[in-house]
Amino acid sequence: MSKHHVSATINGEAVEYLCETQQTLLDVLRDELGLTGSKEGCGSGDCGACSVMLNGRLVCSCLVLGVEAAGAEVATIEGVAQGNSLHPLQQQFLEDAALQCGICTPGFIVAAKALLERNSNPTETEIRYWLAGNLCRCTGYDKIIRAVMGAATNMRQEARHG
Amino acid sequence: MEAIKYVRPNSVDDAVRSLASANEPVRVLAGGTDLLVQLRAGNVRPGLVVDIKGIAELKQIQVTAAGCRIGAAVAGAELSERADVVAQWPGVVEAFQLIGSTQIQGRASLGGNLCNASPAADSVPALIAAGARCTIAGPAGRREAAVEDIVISPGKTSLAQGEFIVDFLLPARPAHSGDAYLRFIPRTEMDIAVVGAGVSLTLDANGRCTAARLALGAVAPRPLLVPAGATALVGTPVDNAALEKLAAAASAACTPIDDKRGTIEFRTRVAGVLARRAAVIALQRAKGN
Ligand SMILES: Cc1cc2nc3c(=O)[nH]c(=O)nc-3n(C[C@H](O)[C@H](O)[C@H](O)COP(=O)(O)OP(=O)(O)OC[C@H]3O[C@@H](n4cnc5c(N)ncnc54)[C@H](O)[C@@H]3O)c2cc1C
Ligand code: FES
Ligand code: FES
Repeated sequence: MSKHHVSATINGEAVEYLCETQQTLLDVLRDELGLTGSKEGCGSGDCGACSVMLNGRLVCSCLVLGVEAAGAEVATIEGVAQGNSLHPLQQQFLEDAALQCGICTPGFIVAAKALLERNSNPTETEIRYWLAGNLCRCTGYDKIIRAVMGAATNMRQEARHG
Repeated sequence: MEAIKYVRPNSVDDAVRSLASANEPVRVLAGGTDLLVQLRAGNVRPGLVVDIKGIAELKQIQVTAAGCRIGAAVAGAELSERADVVAQWPGVVEAFQLIGSTQIQGRASLGGNLCNASPAADSVPALIAAGARCTIAGPAGRREAAVEDIVISPGKTSLAQGEFIVDFLLPARPAHSGDAYLRFIPRTEMDIAVVGAGVSLTLDANGRCTAARLALGAVAPRPLLVPAGATALVGTPVDNAALEKLAAAASAACTPIDDKRGTIEFRTRVAGVLARRAAVIALQRAKGN
């Protein structure tokens, strides 16, 4: 069976992998590349636990074929912290206890980061709509939304004091 | 299990060649938000997948004197960033934006929404109401068709073997035109339409309706153009009496299924209500330009 030989950039690094057509980008990240931060909740685009950035767009990696990432820029949860320093969103999720089992957390962080990069001061309603494709079964959404709002405030302050 | 082949042509001609010469079941891949779910569920088993996103023409958005031309593989998020299209066709854009979440919007296309051939596809009634036409490429060259002529029944289209959709044209309209799309779902996000209604209309300088189109989703085996909806509005100032007739025409066109998401009676009644509300929004928009 002939596999596809794919070259892509993942979290800023050139990566090569082999995959079959039916393997999703999520399968590739987790099973071929050992990047297990992206989670599989549903495999059908409903839960957002597999959220990644593909060429600057937020997508469900369970609905992208691994072979489609050829030549693409992929950004996953593994690239969000800078070395040992957490991203303000990660920091705020910890401080606000915005996670319990944590399965949904990587998807929420990747999705919220995409929002804050386009809109540094979103309203609560904007955050809720933007994150409607991310499901959480244990923490509840209020803490998550508050953590995103808190992180946004911190990031704006940081930008001001630069 | 046989390996599935994958190709990513970068021209329409190459895509047609791949589709037409395949001697195994073949599937076009746009955003994959329907196809990958079906692949995983084992509902489709293609031998070849033809990814059309490498074809520049299918990812283009052009606004010209003829109207807005939107590549079949343009994603919802990409179209939403085009203020000129949003301003001219708010109804089509809002229908497209209703599809799924932010993540789904990053991938879902108009071509995929149409060719998946669900009776409840949200963008399709809005496209039909807009009078949208599509360009179809195939082994015999290119042809054009009205969007309402594509879906035949759930999961079935009128496209022949080897054909695929290249783009959609939303034809330019006179001043004082507006469109709108509304759907009923039991929640506010991430659900399948129980009923969808799209209306597009044009007024003359005196506020009299000179052209109108009504289309409905999820109330028949395929998205419907309802000519009686146009008859109800044209020649009127889109007043209460005309809106009553429009609602009655919408309800009369329904042949819905009966399921736990909506009974026949409910869907039939809601089709009238949504048609009327969509017409009121389209009217306000038409007066505003
Ligand atoms: C979580 C979730 C929520 C969703 N919510 C909604 C919703 O609210 N409303 C709604 O209407 N839909 C919804 N959908 C369905 C889906 O996202 C849409 O139908 C979408 O527009 C499909 O586009 P795509 O580009 O992803 O299609 P694909 O999956 O790439 O293709 C769909 C079908 O069309 C064919 N096809 C694609 N492009 C072409 C073309 N140019 N020419 C010929 N054939 C083609 C493919 O072969 C396939 O059979 C949802 C899906 C998910 C996973
Ligand atoms: S695993 Fe991709 S959306 Fe749930
Ligand atoms: S923390 Fe468990 S699903 Fe969100």
